[in-house]
Amino acid sequence: MTLPWIWFILVGVLIMGYAILDGFDLGIGVLYPFLAKDEAERSVLRSAIGPVWDGNEVWLITAGGALFAAFPFAYAFAFSGFYLAIMLVLFGLILRAVSLEMRHRDEKWKRLWDATFFLGSFVPALLLGCAVGNIIRGVPMELSVTGGGGGGPDYAGTFWQLLNPYSLLVAVTGLAMFVTQGSAWAALKSEGALRERAARVRSIAQLVFVLLVVATTVATLVVVSDQVSHAMTTFWGWLALVVFVAGIAIARWAMSRGSDVGAFAASSLAVAGLIGLWGAGAWPYLIRPRDGAYGLGIQAPLLHSSHLTLTVMLLIAVVFVPIVLLYVAWVYKTFWGRIPREKAEY
Amino acid sequence: MSAETLARIQFAFTVGYHFIFVPISIGLGVMLILAERRYYKSGLAIDKATSEMWKKIFAATFAIGVATGISMEFAFGTNWASYSRFVGDIFGAPLAAEGLMAFFLESVFLGVLLFGRNRVSKRFYYVSTWIVVVAAHLSALWIIIANSWMQTPAGYRIDARGIPRLDDFFKAAINYSTIPRYFHVVAATWVAGAFVVAAVCAFYLLRDRDKWMVRRTLGSALVIGLIATIAMPLTGDRGAKEVTARQPVKLAAFEGLYQTQDDAPMYIIGWVDTANQTVKGIKIPGGLSFLAHGSTSDEVTGLDQAAPNPANRPPEQIVFQSYHFMVGIGMLMLLIMVVALFEHVRGKLERRRWLLWILALSFPLPFIAITLGWVSAEVGRQPWIVQGLMKTKDAISPTVSAGDIGFSLTIFALLYLVLFVAWVRVVSKVIAAGPQLDQAETPEQPDRRRPITPGPAEVDA
Repeated sequence: MTLPWIWFILVGVLIMGYAILDGFDLGIGVLYPFLAKDEAERSVLRSAIGPVWDGNEVWLITAGGALFAAFPFAYAFAFSGFYLAIMLVLFGLILRAVSLEMRHRDEKWKRLWDATFFLGSFVPALLLGCAVGNIIRGVPMELSVTGGGGGGPDYAGTFWQLLNPYSLLVAVTGLAMFVTQGSAWAALKSEGALRERAARVRSIAQLVFVLLVVATTVATLVVVSDQVSHAMTTFWGWLALVVFVAGIAIARWAMSRGSDVGAFAASSLAVAGLIGLWGAGAWPYLIRPRDGAYGLGIQAPLLHSSHLTLTVMLLIAVVFVPIVLLYVAWVYKTFWGRIPREKAEY
Repeated sequence: MSAETLARIQFAFTVGYHFIFVPISIGLGVMLILAERRYYKSGLAIDKATSEMWKKIFAATFAIGVATGISMEFAFGTNWASYSRFVGDIFGAPLAAEGLMAFFLESVFLGVLLFGRNRVSKRFYYVSTWIVVVAAHLSALWIIIANSWMQTPAGYRIDARGIPRLDDFFKAAINYSTIPRYFHVVAATWVAGAFVVAAVCAFYLLRDRDKWMVRRTLGSALVIGLIATIAMPLTGDRGAKEVTARQPVKLAAFEGLYQTQDDAPMYIIGWVDTANQTVKGIKIPGGLSFLAHGSTSDEVTGLDQAAPNPANRPPEQIVFQSYHFMVGIGMLMLLIMVVALFEHVRGKLERRRWLLWILALSFPLPFIAITLGWVSAEVGRQPWIVQGLMKTKDAISPTVSAGDIGFSLTIFALLYLVLFVAWVRVVSKVIAAGPQLDQAETPEQPDRRRPITPGPAEVDA
């Protein structure tokens, strides 16, 4: 029982890392055409994420690998069930991954790469939230009996069913979250007019984000009320709620004091809290069933890898996650500091 | 087309494409270490310029490698859901471990490499180059671990539901074929890196430009190229012995050996007559027996005994041809490296324009050979996706339609075409520009031990 629980949390931590770190990259990509007013400012925005975005994306790749290793049924269900949505996210991530480097080296095609940088950030920023919305709301499931290994739970709906109002609300909430992260990072890394503009966007985006979180909470009470009540009967649920509220409150306070570091850190705390709330409400489900022939859903304690696999993976994680955090922190420290517009070269 | 066929095409296309860029990032990474090491030792602006040039090519290639690598991790879940459920207990772990142990390291320190030249100490910058390249090799290790488990599964037991469960982590990871295959693949990436660097150098020599850079680069590239091209058949031989023992069907398909026989021949070139179950071509009698068992007279298991049911055989022609052309190109590359290094050591390479042309134009060879190698390894395993445990046709996603895959395949084709054009543009631009001496750099003491600029005599010679 303990090992699946630990891995549920570990996958959650990887998702948190992704939402916080690649969150600001994605947010900057979404804001890129709007926040920067000239070539030099665009360069500042690119430089702000240049050295770190690639490492940030590894959180998603590792989360995917960890999900595959620890909960193969959930991995198989989500990736094949949300096929078109996942493919769109993937195409976005592919475009985004090449656009910065290619733009830097290919002056003639820079408009193309500017466009793909935005699009490749916007599409994942929106669709990742949509996927989360469906996972919270529950999706129709059936039991496939074809295929090797005796099959397993599979998605029984269509692509269009994924675009239900609740999930779209979560998608927009996710987008607001990424934009908040992005503008907070932009304010932290820039100077002068760009910094002022980023700070204004940050303040508005975070208010919109909080309003959307409230709206999502109300919608969750209507659509899947048991998850809210479930989260609120656990210590973890309350902890996550406190972290979220504290994150928002500290961020507002930091903004009023003009502390960009504080605003970014606190905003990241709020992201962690929100992901925590999702996890606390979801447990033991990785993916909830809804209106389908298969009512068991995909539950972490029932459909997980063998204890040996989970133990070996845990050992690897216990050794390497702290090492990763150490050198990631070191690289952030190395590239710390605001980027003056005349010095931005990327 | 059926969903299964489309899923196969999509995986073959995306993974084949991905593995054009992977060898460049790993192999060129080794060359980058050498270049950066020269700069670290000499402190010369020209060495820095050279390293910077390779770094630009490396970065553009790495970006595409990362982008197309995400597709691969997603592909198991999207298109091969039954496979993912079946092997998740064992196959998922190396992918997660790759992320934690290798990919983080690689990506994070790539940031240092691309942006940190003036932010970290010179020594640390050099160390960062090492970290990125070593991490790339680690990354390859985990992927080969995962792939080798599909070839020669080990360290598992079958549970009550018929699903393989991890029984011994080290046996599963270091299974029968992991080590020979890993070194074979790594050597192949080094060959690729060496040929790319040699091609650029030869191009500069033919154009009579940037000779100082070529003189400090080409020798080491040729040495690495020769070592790696020699390592290819050696590691390949080790791998083939594992294939003989663990995947007799694949071995028989390599040589189109339908009948089990003593004195099994090895073909230099040939055509599989699948209807009559024979091979027409030039053969070395007893060659296969010798390679498989070390004696020309030993018996080699043919398809008749290894896979009596034709449904359990791979498409013989594809496997035979891809294997033979891989070997042929490998030998050709070895020959090119031997001749080139020989002439280089004699100091005559710069005047052998025909040889420079060969070097300048032969850079696609490693990539063709690598792709053919993967085709013979992966198609040779068919119809199995995990040898003996699961067939590829049972591995697809039950809920994903042919239309869905057709749609994503179309986008992949278009997107990857654009990426390829963009990559060629950037790389050719970097190569055309050549090493750029930093103008702001304070003039440095020239290295007295070696001529940096060619003297008139050398240019005329």
